[in-house]
Amino acid sequence: MWAVLRREWNGFLNSLVAYIAMVVFLLITGLFIWVFPDYSILEFGYAQLDQLFVIGPWVLMFLVPAVTMRFFSEEKRSGTAELLFTRPLSDWSIVTGKFLAGWALVAFSVLPTLCYVFALYMLAEPTGNIDSGGIAGSYLGLMLLGGVFVGIGTWASAVTDHPVVSFVLGVFVCFFMYAAFDSLRFLPLSNTTLLVLEQLGIGAHFESMSKGVIDFRDLVYFVTVTLFFFFWTRTNLQSRTW
Amino acid sequence: MDGLNFQIPGGQVVGLLGPNGAGKSTTMKMLTSYLAPSSGKARICGHDVVENALESRRMLGYLPESNPLYTDMYVREYLLSVAAYYRLDQARNRVERMIEQTGLGPEAHKRIGQLSKGYRQRVGLAQALVHDPKVLILDEPTSGLDPNQLVGIRELIVGLASDKTVLLSTHIMQEVEAMCQRVMIIHQGRLVADDTMAALKAHAGRVRLELEWDQEPNWAALKQIPGIASVDPRDSRAAVVEAADEKDLRSVLFDWSVQEGLRVLRMEVPAGRNLEAVFRELTRTIPGGQAASSHQSKAS
Repeated sequence: MWAVLRREWNGFLNSLVAYIAMVVFLLITGLFIWVFPDYSILEFGYAQLDQLFVIGPWVLMFLVPAVTMRFFSEEKRSGTAELLFTRPLSDWSIVTGKFLAGWALVAFSVLPTLCYVFALYMLAEPTGNIDSGGIAGSYLGLMLLGGVFVGIGTWASAVTDHPVVSFVLGVFVCFFMYAAFDSLRFLPLSNTTLLVLEQLGIGAHFESMSKGVIDFRDLVYFVTVTLFFFFWTRTNLQSRTW
Repeated sequence: MDGLNFQIPGGQVVGLLGPNGAGKSTTMKMLTSYLAPSSGKARICGHDVVENALESRRMLGYLPESNPLYTDMYVREYLLSVAAYYRLDQARNRVERMIEQTGLGPEAHKRIGQLSKGYRQRVGLAQALVHDPKVLILDEPTSGLDPNQLVGIRELIVGLASDKTVLLSTHIMQEVEAMCQRVMIIHQGRLVADDTMAALKAHAGRVRLELEWDQEPNWAALKQIPGIASVDPRDSRAAVVEAADEKDLRSVLFDWSVQEGLRVLRMEVPAGRNLEAVFRELTRTIPGGQAASSHQSKAS
């Protein structure tokens, strides 16, 4: 598992994917937090980082599948899968290794935004008067959400041998999981059904974490969804139909 | 695959032959536990390839047919990453030795994508051998190489695999003759021959001769000579003569020609034909064999 993780991670560093992902994430969120007048903290006047956690998931929605799209699709396409799956590695450790590499990249992209937290800390009046609990919860939520997205992206790369198909599929499923369930409230369904549907989406759980409330049920939700895509990925790979 | 059953003792180099689509690669993929057989068992060094896949995979080095490599990695980096899969002690030393043994020294700092086909094949061999496996499975290790590279890779395999059990597939007969002690020929998923090189050559039996005279011989009389199975005229004064058994017909044919008043301009045994003839004979689809092939089960 560590060998797979290390190879993927070195691949990210060598191909500059890691740095590009980090810079893009930092830049887009930075623009929204500090520059665009409609969203800027400086214009808004409150010492809070809500923008980061509103924009963050949307950026990750594209960034993560872009990074994970090659995970298995490229291996299948070039035939290296045949070598990878004849190494003394279980299918689990291969999937886990790739997943962790993707997740590490999410952390690598997200962590530099801590400098925004620091800037906010200094800007607050009086200094340090920020909702640190909410921000910590939001970061945890963002990482868990990143984990789910990496799981989806890994799965998407396992179902096809075209990286582009994998990317599009990954973005779509991420979008669906994040936003679509919330939008279902407009459907003419009973309230309980709608509540259940809303709970199936990432949005509701991410939102409650952003408030700084770390509910055990939310954690369970994120872990379960990630594991679900894990299992699905492995099932796809075991069929060896490529 | 249909009722394929074989055993390879340690240290033997075995050539797996068969026409395209005969099941060579499928057999190898099952031995490397990449594909699971729908029925039947296979063991590598006593480890079942399905139940004990990780152990059996540890025992073997595999070079797939297309020699897939991560083209954006550097040679040394790639081999180190492979070594990490096997958790080798002293991986760095081992990789350096592999680079030296496979003659990759001058290319080791390059990206794999920049290498020529011959060097890529060396990288492919190096990755299969880096963990010093007991068993080596090579799927057409010399396909697509130019004659110089081909000889180089062949020598490399023979040199590096001296203490290993090797199963290699190929269509090139000379390669089998040069490298293998034993040959298995499979056709439509079935084993149609499994013998030592020497025995198979003897089985090839029928001596073929290419003859050329100064004028047209009496074809009918030629066919009447005892011991001749067939005469295949190539033009009015040349023919390929096939003997019915292993007897050397050269002197008989020479005497006959003298009697007929013919001068023999050329008489030779075509080189390297024997095994090819056997191969063709065994892998021709026999009409009578169709009943047998209708109930064969493909494991792929």
